[in-house]
Amino acid sequence: MAVDKKTLKELYARTLKVRRFEEKVWDLFGENIVPGTLHLYLGQEAVAAGVTVALEKTDWIQSTHRGHGHVIAKGADMNAALAELLGKSTGSCKGKGGSMHITQFDAGVLGATGVVASGLPIAVGAALSCQMRGTKDVVACFFGDGASNNGTFGESLNMSAIWKLPLIWVVENNLYAMGTPIKMTCPSATIAQRADGYCIPNVVVDGNNAQEVYEATVEAVKRARSGEGPTLIECQTYRMRGHSRFDPAKYRPEDEAKHWLSEERDAVRIIREIAIKQGALTETEAEKIEAKITKDVEKASEFAKKSEFPKPEETLDDVFAGVL
Amino acid sequence: MAEITYREALKEGLREEMQRDERVFIMGEDVGLNWGGAFKVTKGLAEEFGEARVRDTPISENTIAGAAVGAAITGLIPVVEIMFGDLITLSMDQVCNQAAKMHYMFGGQTSVPLVLRSVFGGGKNLASHHSQSLESWFMHTPGLKIAVPAFASDVKGLIKTAIRDPDPVMFFEHKLVYDKKEEVPDEDYTIPFGQAKVRREGADVTVWGTFFMLHKALEVAEELEKEGISVEVIDPRTLAPLDTKTLIESVKKTGRLVLVTEETKTGATTAEIAAIVQEEAFDWLDAPIKRVNAPDTPVPFSPPLEQYFIPNNKRIARAIRDIV
Repeated sequence: MAVDKKTLKELYARTLKVRRFEEKVWDLFGENIVPGTLHLYLGQEAVAAGVTVALEKTDWIQSTHRGHGHVIAKGADMNAALAELLGKSTGSCKGKGGSMHITQFDAGVLGATGVVASGLPIAVGAALSCQMRGTKDVVACFFGDGASNNGTFGESLNMSAIWKLPLIWVVENNLYAMGTPIKMTCPSATIAQRADGYCIPNVVVDGNNAQEVYEATVEAVKRARSGEGPTLIECQTYRMRGHSRFDPAKYRPEDEAKHWLSEERDAVRIIREIAIKQGALTETEAEKIEAKITKDVEKASEFAKKSEFPKPEETLDDVFAGVL
Repeated sequence: MAEITYREALKEGLREEMQRDERVFIMGEDVGLNWGGAFKVTKGLAEEFGEARVRDTPISENTIAGAAVGAAITGLIPVVEIMFGDLITLSMDQVCNQAAKMHYMFGGQTSVPLVLRSVFGGGKNLASHHSQSLESWFMHTPGLKIAVPAFASDVKGLIKTAIRDPDPVMFFEHKLVYDKKEEVPDEDYTIPFGQAKVRREGADVTVWGTFFMLHKALEVAEELEKEGISVEVIDPRTLAPLDTKTLIESVKKTGRLVLVTEETKTGATTAEIAAIVQEEAFDWLDAPIKRVNAPDTPVPFSPPLEQYFIPNNKRIARAIRDIV
């Protein structure tokens, strides 16, 4: 599949944007101004970028506990996203959600959830809604290798298949559920092949290559929009950091980590080289894009830092949409 | 105004709401053409509205509830049936972590207008997994509204309010009230949440209860009238929001309170009501508040055991006589 130059450039820009955003979050964490825990998306940027570039603005994504990258890639406002991570009232969730619930509904994000595998049923409902309301919108549901061992995986894949829902199941297989390697919890060689049991077309791609992820998603979106039902895409990737804020990830074998964390496997570098080689990007353009992103992220950081914390009594707001 | 059963009144409410608003749809196990719901509440609706809007699902309670969440946040109004209240245990993540919290933890970005119907209670020898009364679990979850209709004239108005409410509503029914008849208005009417109904006026003692226990309490009140004891019977109709005003006014009038539900005693709704009344009307109480509940055991199967388990008229009458 030929990917046009404009798209390649966008894939590079979006992969880089997620990278720079997460690096900034890591820095702010270093300044000790990010409350709670963090599940950084560093290393997996190509998955969020590849999937979201293949979607329209009106399409939906369902995120996870490792959700910053999904939300930023889908086009969320970075100011509101960073402010949320700092617990500020200008945050997209008014400081009620934080890292694990970072959500911007108007950017097409259904939600980010702290319960592993809980997003899959919600994605089923959103896709059913797209189908029943007669829209052509599709839903991409991100989840990890760990989630594929939860009961909702079977329930939700099954339901999406029997109703031919416009759904793209995106497994981000980063090889570890916290510290537990996938080979200890999954008997098959791939997670993708589990979808065979539900008659769902599936494919394994290099999750560090945004172009590969994009190409697979384009096929899946085409199938979903034309009423042919769901697709599962397994994106094999790797965390650059540990599971959460204080995890040094010592449980990962040295040679494995060395391979995945090498420059050759770096998601930003891979898509940058592809784009330049295909003539979609010059070194100068790449630098210009990077300068713009760096500036935007810096501005978002300033905004978040300057923003006020919510008033304590706002704890009581927003329990219900209607009156109680 | 015609005399119809609770089941018919409920179905009438569902039918009218589906006619009024095309966003409303029903989903659950065996709710459709072949069965019409385990308690026949939805019988005939699939024929009238089609199998897409009265949708049979696989046995996947967590994904049924989660799909309702996903559909609700993207423009539909799902009315989900979980066949037995005991089986909501399989949907708890979606009900209590997702539906109940989304409006809050996403800072008011989205609301979750879903209705989850299910049925509680014993009396049919269905044993430990098909007979429980678990409503207090949901009362302990901020973000949920809870309707507990016990009479035909209430169930129609309350289901309409539930469907039109912007928040997730747990709509609980009771197995033994489906065949109870009452005069029910033919026209479109709603009953606001948070308004208790004084089912019988009295001067000596207030009885507050739910579901089938209200029917028993009314029988007991009739009996005791002959002995010169005047019993006031209050039906809260919703547990969240909870009408404490009507109850407190009644207690201030009678000075005595008996709480009757079919729940196991420890941590039941009756415990919360007792706490509220002692906080707000302690000085008006002339006797200790009495609780009539099931014992703290699973629901047993064998008829003599189940009859022992479920509070009966004798126990209710004894509790009243004890404090009058």
